[in-house]
Amino acid sequence: MMKKILFLSFLLISAVAIHAQEYKVGDSATDFKLKNIDGKHISLADYKDAKGFVVIFTCNHCPYAVAYEDRIIDLDKKYKKKGFPVIAINPNDPAIVPGDSFEEMQKRAKEKGFTFPYLFDAKQEVYKNFGATKTPHVYILSKNGKDLKVEYIGTIDNNYKDHSKVSIKYVEDAINSLLMNKKPAVTYTKAIGCSIKTKG
Amino acid sequence: MLFSISLLIAICMTVKSQDFETLNFKELEPTFHLQNDTTYVINFWAMWCKPCVEELPEFEHIRKSYENKQVKVILISLDFGAKVEERLSRFLTKKNINAEVVILDDPDANSWIGKVDNKWDGALPATVIYKKDKRKFFARKVTYSELAETIDNLNR
Repeated sequence: MMKKILFLSFLLISAVAIHAQEYKVGDSATDFKLKNIDGKHISLADYKDAKGFVVIFTCNHCPYAVAYEDRIIDLDKKYKKKGFPVIAINPNDPAIVPGDSFEEMQKRAKEKGFTFPYLFDAKQEVYKNFGATKTPHVYILSKNGKDLKVEYIGTIDNNYKDHSKVSIKYVEDAINSLLMNKKPAVTYTKAIGCSIKTKG
Repeated sequence: MLFSISLLIAICMTVKSQDFETLNFKELEPTFHLQNDTTYVINFWAMWCKPCVEELPEFEHIRKSYENKQVKVILISLDFGAKVEERLSRFLTKKNINAEVVILDDPDANSWIGKVDNKWDGALPATVIYKKDKRKFFARKVTYSELAETIDNLNR
């Protein structure tokens, strides 16, 4: 019995601990400053004219992330000019996945012609603040003055394998709603992805 | 002569390449709700997933040590792409993994992740262990002793 109670309290505590730091839809997000592949540091505050952001935790090595690369480029091309640029962040520790090192990020961005910043979360603090758990993992933020509000968390669309078979574009639908000053109809989905690689 | 050689090759190939069932989630779903006396250990993994590959031997170890104890290990591969069955077969042979492997091919992941466990948010690896209505879910890499302890607890 005692063991059971201890176990339950442990579960409760760990549940609280995990939830305390992750963003939920409706929360305010904290800005960050991370190094981009061009060596410059980028903050969301640098984007004076943006209406919001499509923050995507992604990486080089994960097949789901790779499957979405072209779609992420398309999202940026389509929505940057409307005020919602893509900000990609690699949260992985290259000591665990060498393919996700800063140099490899630069290489991949060049190969694919990324049109958006590809930032390196070297201290692995930003993804923990957001509560991201995998790549790719999307957070759409809206900007109101200095306030950044989490509007959508989840997956890009409903077919990771085949772009041509997508029938629901969650991220596009959410941004389109925000552009009309409406709350997105779907604000949370579960994305399949590669767990973020960290030593702890 | 030619016939016997091709026969030999054919036999070798059947022995070598394991057959995998490829299912969508609807087809797979009953596997998470079986009401018999077996304890099911169901792991979501992929060949490219480093922590998944690291924990595979733990599952194989469980399969062997609980062989006659009504425990069934099922490895659900989320691998996709060209020649996935052939690659899987080679990989499992090389790693000496003999547990049952099923390929889950259902790219609308948001529609089924929560049905595996409402605590799962979709990051790999993930493991469900259940017997009838009692279940435990791990959204991370697990060890042999954690698996064994969970199985023993479910059977207490």
